[in-house]
Amino acid sequence: MKKNTNQLLRFTTAGSVDDGKSTLIGRLLYDSKSIFEDQLQAIQKTSERKGMESLDLALFTDGLRDEREQGITIDVAYRYFATPKRKFIIADTPGHIQYTRNMVTGASTANVAIILVDARNGIVEQTKRHTFIASLLQISHIIVCVNKMDLVDWSEDKFTKILSDYETISSKMLIKDIQYIPISALKGDNVVNRSENMPWFLGAPLLHTLENMHISSDTNKVDARFPVQTVIRPQSEKHSEYRGYAGKIAGGIFRTGDDVVVLPSGFSSRIESIHLHKENLDEAFVPQSVSITLEDDIDVSRGDMIVKVNNRPTCTQDLDMIICWLNNNPAKPRAKYTIMHTTNEQKAIIKEVLYKIDINKIERDTEDKTINMNDICRVKLRTTQPLMVDSYNENRITGSVILVDDATNETVAAGMIV
Amino acid sequence: MNKYYLNYIDELESEAIFVLREVVAKFQNPVILFSGGKDSIVVSHLAQKAFYPGKIPFSFLHVDTGHNFPETIEFRDRLIKKYDARLIVGAVQESIDQGRVFEEKGRNATRNSLQITTLLDTIEAHAIDSAIGGARRDEEKSRAKERFFSHRDDFGQWDPKNQRPELWNLFNGKYSQGEHFRVFPISNWTELDIWNYIHREKIEIPSLYFAHQREVLWRNNTWIPKSDFLIIDESEDIEMKKVRFRTLGDITITGGIESDADNLDKIVAEVAMMRETERGNRADDKRSETAMEDRKRQGYF
Repeated sequence: MKKNTNQLLRFTTAGSVDDGKSTLIGRLLYDSKSIFEDQLQAIQKTSERKGMESLDLALFTDGLRDEREQGITIDVAYRYFATPKRKFIIADTPGHIQYTRNMVTGASTANVAIILVDARNGIVEQTKRHTFIASLLQISHIIVCVNKMDLVDWSEDKFTKILSDYETISSKMLIKDIQYIPISALKGDNVVNRSENMPWFLGAPLLHTLENMHISSDTNKVDARFPVQTVIRPQSEKHSEYRGYAGKIAGGIFRTGDDVVVLPSGFSSRIESIHLHKENLDEAFVPQSVSITLEDDIDVSRGDMIVKVNNRPTCTQDLDMIICWLNNNPAKPRAKYTIMHTTNEQKAIIKEVLYKIDINKIERDTEDKTINMNDICRVKLRTTQPLMVDSYNENRITGSVILVDDATNETVAAGMIV
Repeated sequence: MNKYYLNYIDELESEAIFVLREVVAKFQNPVILFSGGKDSIVVSHLAQKAFYPGKIPFSFLHVDTGHNFPETIEFRDRLIKKYDARLIVGAVQESIDQGRVFEEKGRNATRNSLQITTLLDTIEAHAIDSAIGGARRDEEKSRAKERFFSHRDDFGQWDPKNQRPELWNLFNGKYSQGEHFRVFPISNWTELDIWNYIHREKIEIPSLYFAHQREVLWRNNTWIPKSDFLIIDESEDIEMKKVRFRTLGDITITGGIESDADNLDKIVAEVAMMRETERGNRADDKRSETAMEDRKRQGYF
């Protein structure tokens, strides 16, 4: 059997309410033949019942009862499709309600953000906001899809103007890779199939772009980080000496024989073996889940991090980070929250709010120190015990945290370490 | 020279193993919800890989409707023995005998929704704080919104509009007394991913998934197997067909498809060409457009 080398690409879609986001997703699924007959029949029936002339592709993304009744999307929904080249996971985030919260959630694991712009309206406030969130969450690739090109006579001038307007906002932000594609999700132009209406566009259609973009470098393969999840100690005669540290590599590459140090204790040792199930590996890399055994019998437990001797994260109780508030209850000044970081869990207080970011203007507000739902703020936190962190820009896994309110057990904030 | 990236199957496997290990770290009394179907078999296989050379650190919970394929129960018992695991059985028949639930009447009656009460009673009786399931987001539209760590209130209910946001791979498993979690390690897998994985890992699955000769009758656009629990109309004919099942539920509601796929190569090829969703043959999902969501809210799998 040919070795499977198809990668997994996760993307999120952002757009205002009528930018045709659901239609685009429906189109991608439909034209890539990922829609099943019984789903299609259900949609056909509903389309007819609603008195629509043609198939309403947007209905493919309908979910919960309330959403179907009200015609809105409430929560992030995940969709799946595959082509002969890649498997795709779409985090489909709603356009209006709790926008920031949902987009941040969908963006946190995405390789790519598709930002939809209505060709008739050009760049709007929402576009800025979406781009800002995508850059804040350090999504490696942005694809700006200028949609509804059919409604502007497939005009190259319109497209070029939008592209140039977009550059003025994006050039101020930290974004690694942007591509632009003129599309019509409704008619299918440049989504899966190349548009015959826009011969002036020499780039690839959206699906081709998604299938071929380079994503192997989206994770940090340089700084080796292994947060210990759990210790495996079989209580059996056969494996009575076995002591394996189970975890998912959060960065870099580990090899057997590597000199390592366990943080925060600082004990050093050498990697004796790396394995997954019965398979012994000479090396393992992010994002593999493996078990590691060390040559020395030292005290290691959940929440510890195994790293290479000469490449260590910052070990600190004082964190400077950007947080996005996700809860209806505003942040309580100097209140204690549970902070979750990799496999570590501590208590933390928000010591200081440095500024709030007005995401409509992309400006700092140093006056207003309250933190409410959907606010994005730069804050200083202090934790009860040190955490082993990297900056979020260096590593999305070791640079991210969530805050949990102990009174309600709800996840109230997402944080990215500066 | 090695390439430093994973193919999607390895990446899905790694993600699922990570989730299973988080469960052990975050909960006191987790179980694997075991139905005998391919998805829960894959979850068990992943659990074995995650904790090797240790044993699977979860008990198995089977909600037994009494309307099983005999093959399913045989398979279950063999698997429990293989993993040297503890099996907890919640019997729907007991819930009926105790008057906790009432059987549906008529030709389309099933015990499907009765399972909810039995499941929740069993979770409570055994103080289970985390039930690991093999549900996948691609299966059904309300499942598309499900979290990896899915909170259930003290009535066992799911509130889809008020779910905790789930970011990166930081899972919040905090709960209050009486509440529990459902955990779905293979959320991001599709039916085809499951089959490719079963094929790659050579995982043993019940014979029902392979094409075989069986007595069936045509009802609701699918081949329903003949069984003691089936009420057969005079107008319905029992026929002998070569069928296989894409999903396994109760014998009364699980429809088979005509197929020649009698080995894994053929099944993978067949699933790749499928034009109908796998739950399209499940009468329990056909009751209304939001049948699954309604059951899930109450505490269904």
